Amino acid sequence: MALIETSRLTRLYQLGGETVHALQDVSLSIEAGDFVAVMGPSGSGKSTFMNVVGCLDRPTAGTYRLDGETISSLGGDSLAAVRNRKIGFVFQQFNLLDRLDALANVELPMIYAGIDPSRRRELAAAALRRVGLGERIHHRPTQLSGGQQQRVAIARAIVNAPKILLADEPTGALDSRTSVELMALFQELNREGMTICIVTHESDIAGYAKRLVRFLDGRVVSDVRQPQADAAAHLAGITHPAPAEAAE
Amino acid sequence: MTYRDAIVSAIDALRLNKLRSALTMLGIVIGVAAVIAMVAVGGGAREQVVAQIRSLGSNLLIITPGNVTSGGVRMGGGAASTLTAEDASAIMAEVPSVQITAPNMRGSAQLIAGGMNWATAVFGIDSGWFEARDWDVEMGRVFEPEEVARGAQVAIIGQTVARNLYGGLDPVGQELRIRNVPFRVIGVMSRKGQTTWGSDQDDVVFVPLNTARQRVLGRNQANARSVGTIYVKVREGESMGAAEEEIKSLLRQRHRIQPGTEDDFSIRNLADLAATREASARTLALLLAAVAGVSLMVGGIGIMNIMLVSVTERTREIGLRLAIGARQWDILRQFLFEAAGLSAIGGAIGVFIGVAAAYLISNAAGWPLLIEPMSILIAVVFSGLVGVFFGWYPALRASRLDPIEALRHT
Repeated sequence: MALIETSRLTRLYQLGGETVHALQDVSLSIEAGDFVAVMGPSGSGKSTFMNVVGCLDRPTAGTYRLDGETISSLGGDSLAAVRNRKIGFVFQQFNLLDRLDALANVELPMIYAGIDPSRRRELAAAALRRVGLGERIHHRPTQLSGGQQQRVAIARAIVNAPKILLADEPTGALDSRTSVELMALFQELNREGMTICIVTHESDIAGYAKRLVRFLDGRVVSDVRQPQADAAAHLAGITHPAPAEAAE
Repeated sequence: MTYRDAIVSAIDALRLNKLRSALTMLGIVIGVAAVIAMVAVGGGAREQVVAQIRSLGSNLLIITPGNVTSGGVRMGGGAASTLTAEDASAIMAEVPSVQITAPNMRGSAQLIAGGMNWATAVFGIDSGWFEARDWDVEMGRVFEPEEVARGAQVAIIGQTVARNLYGGLDPVGQELRIRNVPFRVIGVMSRKGQTTWGSDQDDVVFVPLNTARQRVLGRNQANARSVGTIYVKVREGESMGAAEEEIKSLLRQRHRIQPGTEDDFSIRNLADLAATREASARTLALLLAAVAGVSLMVGGIGIMNIMLVSVTERTREIGLRLAIGARQWDILRQFLFEAAGLSAIGGAIGVFIGVAAAYLISNAAGWPLLIEPMSILIAVVFSGLVGVFFGWYPALRASRLDPIEALRHT
């Protein structure tokens, strides 16, 4: 059984009296351990898909099963619990709380999981070490570079050992070298068994995934396995940051 | 999310904007301080009134001679000397609810002692006076019944008179001349303070009733037994009204007043006076508390305002918290705790300031300091409720945010 299974997923919006089909009959499965890149132009439905998969949004029609549980029938608080236990989010803008240090930021999901404080600190420190920030656990976001902030955000996303890591344009605010470093981290996590799904509009970033899904007008228009580019190898090859496909 | 985590989180958030938190709290500080100070001031003023009335005796009836109509000319209250010591004895004997009567007469005289002199009020009293007024000597002794009957030349002086005539000396046993009549001081009354209307009750000298009538005040009265007023103390628990009625009919009978004719005396009930004055003091206290309550309310609106700003500013934070697994209740509680924290801390500071203010005001006004623990408790609980009440709407708004929208918020 697939980790994620959507069946004829449809999401409609009412916008200015018009009905917008953000998603139309999307049936997609993601196996545990996969690394999926989702691409598509603005308004193609990729973000809506991520929101539904991330249990932030509910489909208008169709079913969504995550880890064997039918999500589309759950209520608000149950969805919150699913987000807390089974899903890790990484955002383009990091969304760290500036008033908290790295450790406290990573502790946040565990607060809502009801884990006691000493265990929380232990796990948060371990997650920060895992993303290579073991030395900076007491730095505040403002004292960290963009790449480091995104690593804190990844630590926060993986600290509750979720079933899937959802990243929405995770490299959108980073320069290209930092982006590749981050993709190397994603690939490492994926090799260790973490299922990852990232939304991106940069094809070189998508190239680091094992599978590429393209959205257009609320439908899946292509879904292919691809040879995975090796970010770590690229890093070794990049002598100076400034590759041809620079981030925006 | 445990309550402990929620509290820690709320404190963190409040510390982030220290100035803003402090200013928001200020509204509650002022509100709570005002409630406590105003309730204390109101209560103190009321207590003051009650104490003044009690110093007079709250179960006291005062009978004064009434107006006399002679040939169609009404002479006005107190014009005649219609009351006698016998009236007092009769009341004592025939009205069972009466504890004691104290007929007395009053005048004023110049006192001389040694090289000093002093003008004061002279009261001729019998030995019932002390019981009727709940007033005893501080030094020396009261009059013996024999001294009252004989008209002995002995005097008991008030504290003010003692201070003015004898300074620091012990007045007991000293010579005293009242209108040049020699007396011996046998006692000094304890301090009684001011009356409700501000006259000094300690500026007084007491002599036996007969002595006063015969030697000091010596009115040219038809009835040699007449007295100025009669104080009647009604027994504890007895109805003042009933006693008043009984005394009235007894005196009408004794004075042979025909039905349909006006009384030649009047009876004043101090309990009525006390009730009226206490009621007005209570109204004042209520008014003060209401004004203070309004300021607490204004403080609450300040909290609501700043919490709404805070929710808007932290929309992304709320979105993030929802995304990583916060339930609506977690968000609601977080903002509720922040609002309640603001008002609880403000309330605690307000209690200190309020108590200090109450202390200063009562000191300046010379009122008893009356801070009821209840009013502090109510102020604190109420300020907490103000926080929860005015924090509820912003917190509810925060918890109802759509996580997707909130995360997109810039």
